[in-house]
Amino acid sequence: MSNDAVTAIAEPQVTRNRRAAEFWYYFSENKGAVIGLVVFAILLVVALLASVIAPHAPSAQYRDAILVPPVWLEGGRAAYPLGTDAVGRDILSRLIYGAQYSLFIGVVVTTIALVGGIIIGVIAGYARGWVDTVIMRVMDIILAFPSLLLALVLVAVLGPGLLNAMIAIALVLQPHFVRLTRAAVMAEKSKDYVTAARVAGAGHFRLMFKTILPNCMAPLIVQATLSFSNAILDAAALGFLGMGAQPPTPEWGTMLAEAREFILRAWWVVTFPGLAILVTVLAINLVGDGLRDALDPKLKRS
Amino acid sequence: MVRFLFGRLAVLIPTFIGVSIIAFSFIRLLPGDPVALLSGERVMSPERHAAISAQLGFDRPIVVQYLDYIWGILRGDFGTSIVTKQPILDQFFALFPATLELSFCAIIFAIVLGIPAGIFAAIKRGSFFDQTIMGTALVGYSMPIFWWGLLLIIFFSGILQWTPVSGRISLLYFFPPVTGFMLIDSLISGQAGAFKSAASHLILPTIVLGTIPLAVIARQTRSAMLEVLSEDYVRTARAKGLSPFRVIGIHALRNAMIPVITTIGLQVGVMLAGAILTETIFSWPGIGKWMVDSVFRRDYPVIQGGLLMIAAIIMFVNLIVDLLYGLINPRIRH
Repeated sequence: MSNDAVTAIAEPQVTRNRRAAEFWYYFSENKGAVIGLVVFAILLVVALLASVIAPHAPSAQYRDAILVPPVWLEGGRAAYPLGTDAVGRDILSRLIYGAQYSLFIGVVVTTIALVGGIIIGVIAGYARGWVDTVIMRVMDIILAFPSLLLALVLVAVLGPGLLNAMIAIALVLQPHFVRLTRAAVMAEKSKDYVTAARVAGAGHFRLMFKTILPNCMAPLIVQATLSFSNAILDAAALGFLGMGAQPPTPEWGTMLAEAREFILRAWWVVTFPGLAILVTVLAINLVGDGLRDALDPKLKRS
Repeated sequence: MVRFLFGRLAVLIPTFIGVSIIAFSFIRLLPGDPVALLSGERVMSPERHAAISAQLGFDRPIVVQYLDYIWGILRGDFGTSIVTKQPILDQFFALFPATLELSFCAIIFAIVLGIPAGIFAAIKRGSFFDQTIMGTALVGYSMPIFWWGLLLIIFFSGILQWTPVSGRISLLYFFPPVTGFMLIDSLISGQAGAFKSAASHLILPTIVLGTIPLAVIARQTRSAMLEVLSEDYVRTARAKGLSPFRVIGIHALRNAMIPVITTIGLQVGVMLAGAILTETIFSWPGIGKWMVDSVFRRDYPVIQGGLLMIAAIIMFVNLIVDLLYGLINPRIRH
């Protein structure tokens, strides 16, 4: 009796390991994806250890060091490796703390959009009928606006700030998850294993979230990485427009907005925050491409 | 085809009604009193408050207000701006050509570079060129374009001094707008150097706005070409001894273009979102900058009308793309 139970549990464990190994095989074949993953891991460590790594406090102003160029330029100082901004704050330290904000924004926004999108999408795809029609029309309405414009107006209504920016971005990213989930659920719903589970007496809730959903996850994971990078980009854009995180928060987009007037005098105040955004978004998109190759059997290289 | 068109319209009209409800609701969702907001948040007597409220129609039931707003829109009346007191529709038509000109140049830039790059990458799959093109495309796709614009200004306007920093044309030139498109108007005006000035103002915004569509089109063209190139009919064409140019240019490209056209159509929404950032950076007097300025001035009627018109444009373009898609690819009509 106990032996049977052990084999019953051990077997899925083996297939899961094999699946993970297969996944890693395809993922690691894509060199870009591995590089992206490494860069992302480094960013994560930097963000977590910001208070240890950063040479200065993010909002400490040094009156004797205003617009100091990076260390390798004439007039640069070793204390400020990437130079200082117009009020004498160390750019490197601000970038390091900024990583916390960007990754936090990405995680929170993606989680809200993913969870909300999955719940709504599963309901739409499973229930069909008028529930489905109403949900999909509402999603069409959200998608009819350019996402950044809708987020901008939402933030204007809710009031500028990082939290409201994150809510707005999550709302505009969510329809993509709803559509993907609904399509996947509709494709899976008529398959035999679902019918079998229904005949065996599984309730609606169990059918929706335990039977069907796990088989729809691949496209959602890929979309989640895309949303992660989109969330960081949009939050930075809102910050740049003055509607996201407010100064003196060391958020990268907000830093760019503050630096705008100095672009022709001090290129470094503009260059580094944007470079940080680009590297982060690029790393996540590289991982996303790798995930898509590894998870989507249609695109797998034969 | 007619049925297909009506099917699309049957979905579009409820969506548009929904869009109008959303645009209409924003101002009512605002925390606080719309009358106080609209009149500049000054302290006012209850009588004056009631008078303004009645003047703006806020004392009526919300459904009546909404129907009144829709009735106005159907007659072409989107209301007036609180700040400039001008009719919103007039402002929109004055500014839209600037955005249209910029978007048009940007999408041409993206198509002219993106499609050949994608085809080339697909033909030379796995080569150094393929990897370079696709690597560059991914960088473009990940680009924070507001930063990209600032970098280009630093380099081309600051260091090289080749291009102006902002605006549509140098202040030296003045001529009445005929078409609203600066490139055409400057030619019509016949003033020496006017066209050159307009073109040099347009270059950097075009590159900035075209970067993400360029990357998306290149990636989509490559994957569509790869899919088509592995089809049997392409192998047949090759086996028949047709020249590689003919096989790729005629047989493969025509079918590969179907998803690419959809992608190009979808870029319209991306462009209008990008215009918000691009126009802000380059002080380009189009509807993107108009919307951002209105958000900052709390000019709610403009935000409301602008949202509605921009959504209508996107929905219209998507409809056109759907119809085009139905024309090229009869399979999806049913």
